Amino acid sequence: MEKNNYKGWLYLLPAVLFLGVFLVYPLIDVFIYSIEEGYNTASGTSFGVGLYNFHYILQDPHFLQALKNTFLLVLVTVPLSTGIALLISLGLSAVKKLRSLFQTVFFLPYVTNTLAVGLVFMLLFRQTPYSPGLFNTLLGLFGIAPVDFITGPYWAKMFTLCFYTVWVVMPFKILVLTGALASVKQDYYNAARIDGTGKLRIFTKITLPMISPSVFYLIITGFIGAFKAYSDAVAIFGTDLNAAGMNTLVGYVYDMLYGNAGGYPSYASAAAVVLFAIVLTITVINLLVSRKHVHYN
Amino acid sequence: MKITLKNLSKIFPPQTKKGSPVHAVDKVSLEIPDGKLLGLLGPSGCGKSTMLNLLCGLLTPTEGEILFDEDNVTALAPQHRGVGMVFQNYALYPHLTVLQNILFPLENLKGKEKLTRAQMLSRAREAAGLVQIQELLDRKPAQLSGGQQQRVAIARALVKLPRVLLLDEPLSNLDARLRLQTREEIKRIQKATGITTVFVTHDQEEAMSICDEIVVMDKGQIQQMGHPQKIYDDPANLFVAKFLGTPPIHVFSGNIADKTLYLDNAPILPVNLPDGEVTVAIRPEGFLPDETGALQCQFQGLEVMGRDTAILCTHPACAAPIRAIVESGIACDTARFSIKQGKIFFFDTNGNRLYLGD
Ligand SMILES: Nc1ncnc2c1ncn2[C@@H]1O[C@H](COP(=O)(O)OP(=O)(O)O)[C@@H](O)[C@H]1O
Ligand SMILES: [Mg+2]
Repeated sequence: MEKNNYKGWLYLLPAVLFLGVFLVYPLIDVFIYSIEEGYNTASGTSFGVGLYNFHYILQDPHFLQALKNTFLLVLVTVPLSTGIALLISLGLSAVKKLRSLFQTVFFLPYVTNTLAVGLVFMLLFRQTPYSPGLFNTLLGLFGIAPVDFITGPYWAKMFTLCFYTVWVVMPFKILVLTGALASVKQDYYNAARIDGTGKLRIFTKITLPMISPSVFYLIITGFIGAFKAYSDAVAIFGTDLNAAGMNTLVGYVYDMLYGNAGGYPSYASAAAVVLFAIVLTITVINLLVSRKHVHYN
Repeated sequence: MKITLKNLSKIFPPQTKKGSPVHAVDKVSLEIPDGKLLGLLGPSGCGKSTMLNLLCGLLTPTEGEILFDEDNVTALAPQHRGVGMVFQNYALYPHLTVLQNILFPLENLKGKEKLTRAQMLSRAREAAGLVQIQELLDRKPAQLSGGQQQRVAIARALVKLPRVLLLDEPLSNLDARLRLQTREEIKRIQKATGITTVFVTHDQEEAMSICDEIVVMDKGQIQQMGHPQKIYDDPANLFVAKFLGTPPIHVFSGNIADKTLYLDNAPILPVNLPDGEVTVAIRPEGFLPDETGALQCQFQGLEVMGRDTAILCTHPACAAPIRAIVESGIACDTARFSIKQGKIFFFDTNGNRLYLGD
């Protein structure tokens, strides 16, 4: 047993090397950059070590805006998309006829090209000299004045971003949840019916606990995904997110490195470390909560 | 409580475009006496589960009526019928403890049936005591053996004090030893509660050993109903004769001519039946070793298994090898037999029983 241990490590070596070079080393590097003041990529020198970078970004209005945007996005879209996906999946598993047709329809966005999706959203939200956009037309029917959802007020832009995010993640969540619902054995429902269990109680006491691992998986990956949001915002609001006031944390990191205001790896690293800390905290909280409420069989 | 089925049918629509409808239960009329343990016996796919689901209300019949005592419950929803059901794979909620599982049906009660927490707990403890799982109340189902899960399922079914207990192949997931134990246990619990119980199984030995009455089903229809021993001794048709008994009954194709049974052209027995082809079935214990016996077989070997000794032999009129159970100690290398009365049955070529005229 003991003697063969090195063999196990040998088998793991390629993976360990790969992870080390491309994951652990950069991670450590980012931590080091984040505490080195004024690091210069070209010369590889800095002025010294300290918390100055954090101090700076925490006072940077662009960073604070990105932080706020990201948190809003996470807090709105994760519960909303998971909840709506759950409702749709429950509906899907209740219908017998045309189920596969509905499943296909709901899954279409997942296999649709991002550019096509972007076009659809332009049609929906963008105002042009010729048309106020489909969404505004719809609002107009209820007598509501048109709003510019792309360059207008903050709440409208945030609405667009959240709408887009929910819409984009929905198919995957529906796929996972319909699968989870289908795997709950009919016998449990039969037993519950014979015992006169009400619909709501069947859902909360049987269905939900049984699919809780899937729901939990969706929530965790949803949180992480939303914290990493960036490209969606670019797709809607263009590359200068700071100017649009719609930047996200990852967008801020990117801009600090390569954007117009770029060339500040130290600030970028500090922002990345803050993001890392937030995601870590949320994930740990999630895990702690899940211990009580998620049932693995 | 007495259960009466009147002309009950369940027809499932065809599953595929070309398929034909399935008559899972076909015009069944039946009376289940109050407080008895009834065994519903038949091969897989004969409609036993469908029958149970009709009884508990998970399925509605295509035709016919179900009466509990005098109440017509045919259209009643499952929860209003007062039935407890034990599913084949137990269907215990895996995320709840044993106690929570047993409490579950009680927590559903509403209106004037509603119980206080203390009443629920005492009822649950009582049910747990009945099936002897008091020490397991805090465990999750996954931490229990198959037999223990079975008991929890029974406790959960009993805790509502149902009028009828339905068990769908309750022993089929247990190993052989546990199966023996648990079937006695079910018998004990049924006796203790006096609850009318329907016990579904495809294992004839199981049904014969614990049931007060058995119903033999095939293709959705009742073949015979009665006391197990009575059915064994007097099967109504070839299907029932073949389905009951281990080792199974031996089937010969024979001929009647001049009131004599011929097997493979050898006269065997005088019988009072009209001339023609018959199917003859003889129980394994119906072969009596006899130097001068009329039934002459080809000896193949001797098999000693525990207390039983069996002579293995073949006969041209019988497709399967014959296993004749004989009294142990008989040193016997002949394969000539005479046939014990009451262990031989005659059927027409459609499998219907022919009774000897006298
Ligand atoms: N929901 C259903 N839809 C269509 N056919 C069914 C359904 N349930 C059972 N059947 C058919 O009815 C027959 C009896 O089934 P079942 O009652 O489960 O048999 P058993 O429990 O005796 O093994 C089988 O042929 C089965 O295929
Ligand atoms: Mg069955």
